[in-house]
Amino acid sequence: MSTGLGDNEVISRVLQGEQGAYAELVNRYQGYVFTLVLRMIKSREDAEEIAQDVFVKAYRALADFRGESKFSTWLYTIVNTTCITFLRKKKLEVHSLDNEKIFEVADSKDSGFRANIIEQKSRVNMVNEAIAMLNPDDAEIITLFYKAEQNLEEIARILAIEANTAKVRLHRARARLKEKMEKHFSEEVKNIY
Amino acid sequence: MNEQKNFEKQLWDYIDGLSSHEEKASIEKLLQNNIEWKNKYDELLEVQQLLRSSDLEQPSMRFTKNVMEEIAKFHIAPATKNYINNRIIWGIGTFFITLIVGFLIYGFAQMDWNFQDTSKPMVDLSKFNYGRFFNNNLVNVFMMVNVVLGLVLLDRVLANKRKKFQRDI
Repeated sequence: MSTGLGDNEVISRVLQGEQGAYAELVNRYQGYVFTLVLRMIKSREDAEEIAQDVFVKAYRALADFRGESKFSTWLYTIVNTTCITFLRKKKLEVHSLDNEKIFEVADSKDSGFRANIIEQKSRVNMVNEAIAMLNPDDAEIITLFYKAEQNLEEIARILAIEANTAKVRLHRARARLKEKMEKHFSEEVKNIY
Repeated sequence: MNEQKNFEKQLWDYIDGLSSHEEKASIEKLLQNNIEWKNKYDELLEVQQLLRSSDLEQPSMRFTKNVMEEIAKFHIAPATKNYINNRIIWGIGTFFITLIVGFLIYGFAQMDWNFQDTSKPMVDLSKFNYGRFFNNNLVNVFMMVNVVLGLVLLDRVLANKRKKFQRDI
């Protein structure tokens, strides 16, 4: 249930000892955080655990949020560092090549069936699948820009890079997304590109 | 190919609102007069629309409850600024900078600035008297403390690893 309060007001209440108010922030941002984590980690089970960890870390460090940036920007910084730590720890092979291989195998096994399924898929699903094929860095920057509504300065702050570097990385990520879409969804893409 | 990329990049900047006033004016002019630019612009606009309209993924229904149960075990940590004393940070920084500057001054003082032969280094390391540094009691104590600290640190690292290993088993 939404209280209609702004993020900073909810945070003040939590800091004053009203722990239950934190649920409002969790409800507000769980979709964004989970999407971002899932696009980097690619496993639902791990993503749920990491997203939970992000909210716990954010709660514990809440006194350090000084309101200099949006709460979401601060929260996504925790998402970024937590995901990077997880990927380093697990040394997961989440490179896009793996996903490409899966798709290539699927193509060779039953291309007719796949074509049928693709026809039924909405274009939005196609974009989601193409993003899932990107490497974590590209998927992250695209999600931050388009879904998490962060501008380039905010993305730069989250990723601890320069705004210009963020801009270049966004351009590259979009170019790679286009390549994936053209390669794996050529029929659907014909109507766009 | 590069031209194509550049043209796309300019259009993306325009769509993202990152173009300068001049660029914006020139792109708007091109969009009115050049069909190729107009078509590309429409394409990119559609991609942007698709990227924005994709749904957010949702975690399990119990997600908020799980988080709230987890945070009930913790307290909010005090703000870092409350327990980190800036004076101590500055003090440590000043100590190391003074140390480095001291070494540099000493090093430069050892150089023979009138030395002409460029094939040899200005400081002859083989003639350097290292013994001068290590026959002082104070330096020896300092080195010993460092060695002991290093051993304690190594012991703690190994103990942690052993504990982790036993936990994993």
